[in-house]
Amino acid sequence: MRVYLCLPILLSSFSVCKRIVNLPLLFKKPFLNQVTDLCRPWYRILAMVVYASSCSASAWNTPYSADQTRSQTLFSSFSESPKHLDPVVSYNSNEWAILSQVYEPPLQYHYLKRPYTLEPLTLAKMPETTYFDAKGKIVAEAYPKIAFTEYLFTLKPGIQFQPHPAFVKDQLGQFKYHHLDSEALSKIETLRDFKQKDTRELIAADYVYALKRMALRQNHSPIFDSMARYIEGLTLFSETVSNAYQIELSVNDKTTKTHFFNLNKFDISGVQVIDKYHYKIKIKGVYPQFLYWLSMNFFAPIPWEAEAFYKQPGLVEKNLTLDTSPVGTGPYQLVENNPNKRMRLLANPNYHLETYPVDGLAEGADSALLNDAGKRLPFIKEVVYSLEKESVPLWNKFLQGYYDASGVSSDSFDQAVSVSNSGSMRLTPEMQKKGIQFLNMIQPSILYFGFNMVDPVVGGYSKKQRKLRQALSIAVNFEEYISIFLNGRGVTAQSPIPPGIFGYQSGQAGRNSVVFDWRDDRLQRKSIEVAKQLLTEAGYPNGRMPDGSPLTLHYDTAATGPDSQSMLNWYRKQFAKLGIELVIRATDYNRFQDKVRGAKVQMFSWGWNADYPDPENFLFLLYGGNAIINTNGSGINSANYDNPKFNKLFLKMKTMKNGPKRLAIIEEMTLLLQKDAPWIWGYHPKSLALYHHWLHNVWPNPLANNTVKYRRIDAKERILKQTAWNQPVIWPMIIVFTIIIGSIYPLHLAYRRRQAAIIKISAKNTQSENT
Amino acid sequence: MFAYIMRRVLFALPILIGVNFITFALFFMVNTPEDMARAQLGAKQTTPEMIQSWKVDHGYDKPLFFNADAPGLAKVQDTLFVQESMKLFVFDFGQSDSGRQITADVYERMWPSLAIALPTFVIGLVTNIALALLIVLFRGSALDTATMMVAVAIMSISGLFYIIAGQVLFSKVWHWVPISGYTEGWEGFKFLILPIFIGVFSGIGAGMRWYRSIFLEEMNKDYIRTARAKGLSDLKVLFGHVLQNGMLPILTGVVVVIPTLFMGSLIMESFFGIPGLGSYTLDAINAQDFGIVKAMVFLGSVLYIIGLILTDISYTLFDPRVKLA
Repeated sequence: MRVYLCLPILLSSFSVCKRIVNLPLLFKKPFLNQVTDLCRPWYRILAMVVYASSCSASAWNTPYSADQTRSQTLFSSFSESPKHLDPVVSYNSNEWAILSQVYEPPLQYHYLKRPYTLEPLTLAKMPETTYFDAKGKIVAEAYPKIAFTEYLFTLKPGIQFQPHPAFVKDQLGQFKYHHLDSEALSKIETLRDFKQKDTRELIAADYVYALKRMALRQNHSPIFDSMARYIEGLTLFSETVSNAYQIELSVNDKTTKTHFFNLNKFDISGVQVIDKYHYKIKIKGVYPQFLYWLSMNFFAPIPWEAEAFYKQPGLVEKNLTLDTSPVGTGPYQLVENNPNKRMRLLANPNYHLETYPVDGLAEGADSALLNDAGKRLPFIKEVVYSLEKESVPLWNKFLQGYYDASGVSSDSFDQAVSVSNSGSMRLTPEMQKKGIQFLNMIQPSILYFGFNMVDPVVGGYSKKQRKLRQALSIAVNFEEYISIFLNGRGVTAQSPIPPGIFGYQSGQAGRNSVVFDWRDDRLQRKSIEVAKQLLTEAGYPNGRMPDGSPLTLHYDTAATGPDSQSMLNWYRKQFAKLGIELVIRATDYNRFQDKVRGAKVQMFSWGWNADYPDPENFLFLLYGGNAIINTNGSGINSANYDNPKFNKLFLKMKTMKNGPKRLAIIEEMTLLLQKDAPWIWGYHPKSLALYHHWLHNVWPNPLANNTVKYRRIDAKERILKQTAWNQPVIWPMIIVFTIIIGSIYPLHLAYRRRQAAIIKISAKNTQSENT
Repeated sequence: MFAYIMRRVLFALPILIGVNFITFALFFMVNTPEDMARAQLGAKQTTPEMIQSWKVDHGYDKPLFFNADAPGLAKVQDTLFVQESMKLFVFDFGQSDSGRQITADVYERMWPSLAIALPTFVIGLVTNIALALLIVLFRGSALDTATMMVAVAIMSISGLFYIIAGQVLFSKVWHWVPISGYTEGWEGFKFLILPIFIGVFSGIGAGMRWYRSIFLEEMNKDYIRTARAKGLSDLKVLFGHVLQNGMLPILTGVVVVIPTLFMGSLIMESFFGIPGLGSYTLDAINAQDFGIVKAMVFLGSVLYIIGLILTDISYTLFDPRVKLA
């Protein structure tokens, strides 16, 4: 249709060109006729454009091809270019958003169930757990001195890797593309240039190979040191293979990028491949949270053939590496990786049978979420992630229907969401009219204001020091902060544990009694008078030191931009309520980190996102064993809180299963924390997601990253709305065109007049000179 | 001319060494190798062992300018500065700190940058010269005054305003072109129309005023009076004499820019989602990726020097009096 329409436009254009070539001839005619002659074909073009636009199936401003828009393609965006797509290296949410669609660790989170529940992904069943004592004897789970825990993994048979050239073998059984010569390499720019692709079955050894890669120091896996503390023999294995690899590199004068090191020759004592579908991992002691780690990409299988294939120097030069071109068994395969433009996923034709959940709908969730129950995944055939660095184009493209879902930035908040007096959020009429849907959820995260507990003024565990922190906890009003700076997108924290994580308690039961009262069935911050009283008891009446000088406290922050000034002024005002002078020490993020790691700060702000849905993942931020001063700067307890009673309870709670006993211990720990107040508990951020009504099965699951496979698109509805919302407005084009054409004649006239005047003056001058 | 070019190339070497030295000094004054390692490894679970291992792998365990532990000449040679600088001089940009090949990245990103910068440059140049000639044709008239006022107004408004207003008007309100994005081939034309138009339009004010002043200066010279005395029309005088003689100062400002077109435009590419080189350096600075920073600063310097040499050569083409020796 469009080609057909182009034909008359092209013909008219030729006509115009012809006339422009013959321009000198045209000027022999009267001017008005010349203009009319010249413009006639342009009018034809314009008429054709108007006609074409009115008949066009898709809008002019669509950024996608017609085929993509019509198909089951999800259009999404990313704002930060992914740096690593190697599963043992990547530890970044924007990278996992892509990586988790390609790789499959053994376990995953159930899409719908709350609280978050693990389920097998490539496993036939959940791992079987066996406990051992120090002598290697099998013991019961309740045995007090468990020395080792062993997990037995049973893979589903028949799972295949995505089609990939690394698996292709020639007639002799040799890998066809593992030793490419320069001639073959010259024809290759992307993986699409390989004529043949093949696959092979996923086996237990692929999971063990991934673990071995994690242990290789040269791969710089960010969780290796944490895992080495638990997995039996991992440290020794790491030393052995890392040294051997280094020697091979030196001998061959190669780099880590281009030298394949065969890890299959080495074994980890605590990890064992039993057969094709079974492997075991032995960990030291008891660490129930280990299962959560098994749902992360670090533990996803890697075929050794892929690593051998990608180590060829010719491919590395073209940025074709395991870090840029993943090879997995997941529902999608990455077919385009341009981190500066677009990432494109296509459905993996070899994807194993997985179906949409048939149960587990959380309380309050829309029952339509089960409309696709039992259907084969994935529904969406292609995913296109486009780089959008600026919020303005991102938001406008969402409103035009060119992105299927969007977050809400501060700039677009008022256009998208209205907040009632009670604090509840709803879509604005404009959004409702477009049929846009809305989801909001509290993130399993906390942003807090920390005190350095080894600081002589704000730190310490004496009654007076504690009261100072308690007074500040009351004075710094985070409800106000959420309202002013977050448009209400947050919930004031009562303890480190966010909603949705075991141990969190809502309402009166979870109240931080140091800061809040329970009145009229809701939390009410204690009055500033209570804070002043506490401050007086701490030895600083009206914010004055014993010598009468004002109490001055120091707050370190990496917020240095002009946008942060209002927030920093707000902090000053909160402290000023108690007569305390707050000195802001703003610096860049590197120096800020250095100061915190060196315990050289008095007060600071920081945050934590859950790795896994267990209270241990938040309470360990205050465990003394993780304090920065106790770990030479590498600990995650930035406040240096070190309360022996809390530490003891933490170690007990850490290995317990969720239940009333564990909850009681967590309550006791929370009370200790609230009393000691090493942090002002800050807030748990709320995320808002908007999506168009043609996108189905949207359900927030911040811990699961492999959720694209559950989504479904009604492409027909999408194209209808996109066309309706984006009809081109032609009249400004006609006006501009008319003005340009219309101005030619007056200009021509003016020029002629000017020339005539010059000739007249010259003639007069000549005449007067002659006279 | 060959001798002249060779001399200029040799003069460029100490300049490039100096640029490199300043880049190294400034970068490591702000970032330490530990900071860089943390930026790459992530802040959550980083241990001192991991940081040390990363530094060794990327060569950041070496001293910056002077290796006191090394013997003899190696005191200078076995340093980060010399090792990395030497590679740059043979255009071996190596890897970014995140592991990507910089040469491949530059090659890939260069084309989208050129797809915007080159048409913007050419169309802008032609438009500005054409408008300036038109204004010179009507010099001293109400049209001249009105156009100059519009030119000053165009110059006074921030480029960012044109981008956002252009996106809102042409894409959001009138639905003529995509608001942002990029694709290769002819399909990509629709993505380029708006950034090119905005690039040309936002440059009209300054460009037109500059060329107008050049042409007016030429118009007042004796040879123009002679040409007019011969009875030549204004159009013939403008195109036959003023434009030709005005090319020398135009070239001074224009040719030097041509090689740097490869480097792209930061804001334009960022707002229009063009995957060019514009944001490559800035992103690298934010990510503390020294591999990219040093390569891009070096490349920028080389291109600028090439631009200056080309400008000198172009003088000889337009002015026979100029000889390069």
